[in-house]
Amino acid sequence: MKVRTMAEMMQSGETPEILFWVGCAGSFDQRAQKITKAFASILDKVGINFAILGKEEACTGDPARRAGNEFLFQMMAYQNIQILNGYGIKKIVTTCPHCFNTLKNEYPELGGTYEVLHHASFLQQLIDEGKIKIKEGGDFKGKKISYHDSCYLGRANNIYEAPRKVLEALDVALVEMKRCKSNGLCCGAGGAQMFKEDEPGDKRINIERTDEALATGASVIAAACPFCNTMMTDGVKNREQENQVAVLDIAELIAASME
Amino acid sequence: MALLPQILFLVLTLVSVWLFSKKAIEIKRNIFLGKPEDLNNHPQERWRNLFLLALGQKKMFKNPLVAVMHLVVYAGFIIINIEVLEIVLDGLLGTHRLFLPFLGVAYGWLINAFEVLAFLVLVVCVIFLVRRNLIKLKRFVSKDLNGWPRSDANYILITEIILMALFLKMNAIDQVLQTRGLEHYRPTGAFIISSQYAPILQGFSTEALVIFERICWWLHIAGIFAFLNYLPYSKHLHIMLAFPNAYFARLEPQGKMHNMVSVQNEVLYAMQPELAPTDAAPPARFGAKDIFDLSWKNLLDAYSCTECGRCTSACPANITGKLLSPRKIMMATRDRLEAVGKNINTNQSFIDDVKSLLHDYISVEELRACTTCNACVEACPVSISPLEIIVELRRSLIMEESNAPQEWNGTFSNIENNFAPWKFSPDDRDQWTAEA
Repeated sequence: MKVRTMAEMMQSGETPEILFWVGCAGSFDQRAQKITKAFASILDKVGINFAILGKEEACTGDPARRAGNEFLFQMMAYQNIQILNGYGIKKIVTTCPHCFNTLKNEYPELGGTYEVLHHASFLQQLIDEGKIKIKEGGDFKGKKISYHDSCYLGRANNIYEAPRKVLEALDVALVEMKRCKSNGLCCGAGGAQMFKEDEPGDKRINIERTDEALATGASVIAAACPFCNTMMTDGVKNREQENQVAVLDIAELIAASME
Repeated sequence: MALLPQILFLVLTLVSVWLFSKKAIEIKRNIFLGKPEDLNNHPQERWRNLFLLALGQKKMFKNPLVAVMHLVVYAGFIIINIEVLEIVLDGLLGTHRLFLPFLGVAYGWLINAFEVLAFLVLVVCVIFLVRRNLIKLKRFVSKDLNGWPRSDANYILITEIILMALFLKMNAIDQVLQTRGLEHYRPTGAFIISSQYAPILQGFSTEALVIFERICWWLHIAGIFAFLNYLPYSKHLHIMLAFPNAYFARLEPQGKMHNMVSVQNEVLYAMQPELAPTDAAPPARFGAKDIFDLSWKNLLDAYSCTECGRCTSACPANITGKLLSPRKIMMATRDRLEAVGKNINTNQSFIDDVKSLLHDYISVEELRACTTCNACVEACPVSISPLEIIVELRRSLIMEESNAPQEWNGTFSNIENNFAPWKFSPDDRDQWTAEA
C-alpha cells in the first residue's frame, strides 16, 4: 500500500477525498502506529482516495493548551491552519479524539474551518453504506468486548453510538462497564497528564479504569483513542492479564475482520 | 390597638424584603466583578436549557429515586409558596383565609394539595437528613464539607421540616377552632393531613388554641422570611440561581476551550508583523490568578453551587485519591468572591489583601491533577463548569509564573521544536508509511 502525502498529490494535480490526520501518537508511538496502519489499510481496501500531511503535520497543540500554555497552542494552530488552508483541505478524518476535538471545535475561530470526522463516525458511515464488508464468522464474532469511552469523543463531543455501532457490525457481545457513555471514567491521559507523573494519590486512574474493564469479563477492551489505548494496555499489563485480555482500537478490529 | 399586628407584620415584611434585596444586589455586584462575556446568543436554546435543566431537573434523573425525592422538596417548596401569598395578604389586611370566599370548594382542594405536599416535603427532608448524617455516603462525608458547609446543609433541612410542621399544625388548630363557633374561623371542610392531628387538640380551651394558632402562623411566616434572608449566605441559593445558570450555560461542545484572542493576536503579529496595529497593547494578564480574571459566568457558577458533590464523585482524580475535588474548586471560588465582596463593603473599593484565588484558595497540586475529562461538567445538575476555572488558573500558572512540572517543560519544548510532545525527529513522522 502506498500512502501519499498532500504535497505528492498536489504535484500530480490530484485532490484527495479526505485528509487522514494521523496525529503525534499515531505517527510516532509504536503501538499507535499499528492503529494508523490498520485505518490506512481500511481506507485503501475500500478504495478511498486519501492523503496525509506527512512531515508537514504538527501537533494540534491540544496538550499544550490544556496544560495552560496558550502561546504554544496558538503557534501550533497558526502553523497547521496555514498548511491546511494552503492545500485547500475540506474534509479531515482522524484516529485521535484529541486532534479531532481541536480541529473540529477550536480551529474554526482561528481561521481553520473543515469538515472533521473521527474515525469512529467515518467507519460507521462506511459500514452503513456497505463499503466495509465484514467476513462471515470473523475472529471476534460472539466474543465479549467492552468499549471504553474516550472523554474527548464522548463527553467532549457527544459521540457515544458510532463506536458501538462499529463494534456491533462485528457481531460481538458488547458488555458495558459500570461507568460508561456520559458517565464513562477517564483513562487518565487527558489534560496533558499523559506527559507527566501522577499527582500524589492512592491509585493510578488507568488502573482504576482497567479494573472496571476487567470486571466485565471481556476478552477485548476496545478503544477509539491512541492515548486511552496506551493507558489501558499499561493497566492490563499491571494486572498481568495481557495474555487473556487484548486492548484494541476499533480500526484494528475492523481491519482484521474485513472481507 | 387592633391594627398593631398588621403594622408589625408590615414592618417585618418590609425589613426582610429590604435585607434580602440589599444582599441580592451585593451578590449581583460580586458576580459582575468577573470579566464581561456575552452569553445571550441563541435564546431559544437557552430557554430550552432553562426548562429542561433547571425547571425539569433533567440531570438529577441520572439517579431517579433521589431525583423524585428532590423534586418533591423543590415542587413542594415552590407550590406551597402560593399559600404564602395568602398568608402575607392576611397579615397585611388583618383577614383570615382571604381566598376562601373567592375560591369556595376549590379552596379546600388547594389547601389539601398543599398539605399533601407539605407532608411529603417533611418526610423527604427527614430521609435526606438521615442520608446526609447516618448513611456514610462518600460525597457527604467528604472533608470538603467539614465545618460550616455541613451544618449549612443540615440547617436547611431542619428549617424546612419546622416550616412544614408549623403549616400543618396551624391548619390543624384552625379546624378545631372552626367547630367552636368563632366567626373569624370560617368552615373550610376537613383538610386531609392536618385533620388527623386535630382530635388531639380538642381538649384545649378556645383561648389557648387561638394563641397556639397565632404562634404557628407567626412562626411560619417569620420562618419563611428568615429562610429568605438565609439563602444568600447559604449553598441553598441554587434554588434561585440554577435558573439563570442554566440559561447562561455554554452552548458549545464541552470539549471546546475558551479562546484567548489576545494570545491568538500576539502569535499572529509575530508571524505576520505587517498585520500588527501600532498601538497594540499587550494583554494585562494571562489566565486567571484571582476572581477578577474569571468570566462573570464562572462567578455565577460559584454562587449556584449547592455543594452536592456529584462532580467530585465523578472526578477520576478524586476517585483515585488525588487532592483535586471539583466541588472544592467551586466552594473556594465562592469563598474568595465573598472575601473580596466584604473587602469592597468595608473599603468602598477593593484594596489589595495580598491574597488570590490561585495559591491561597486553590493549590497547584489540585490544578495539576485534572485530566480535563469533563466528568464534573457533565455531572453537574445546575450547569456549572469547574473545569473552566481549573484551566484558567492553569493558564496563569504556566504563562504568568512559568510554573510547570519539569516533564511538561520537556513536552512544551518537544512540541515547539519537534512538533510532537515526544522527542522524535519531525522527519520521521511519516516513517510508518514505509511499513504500511
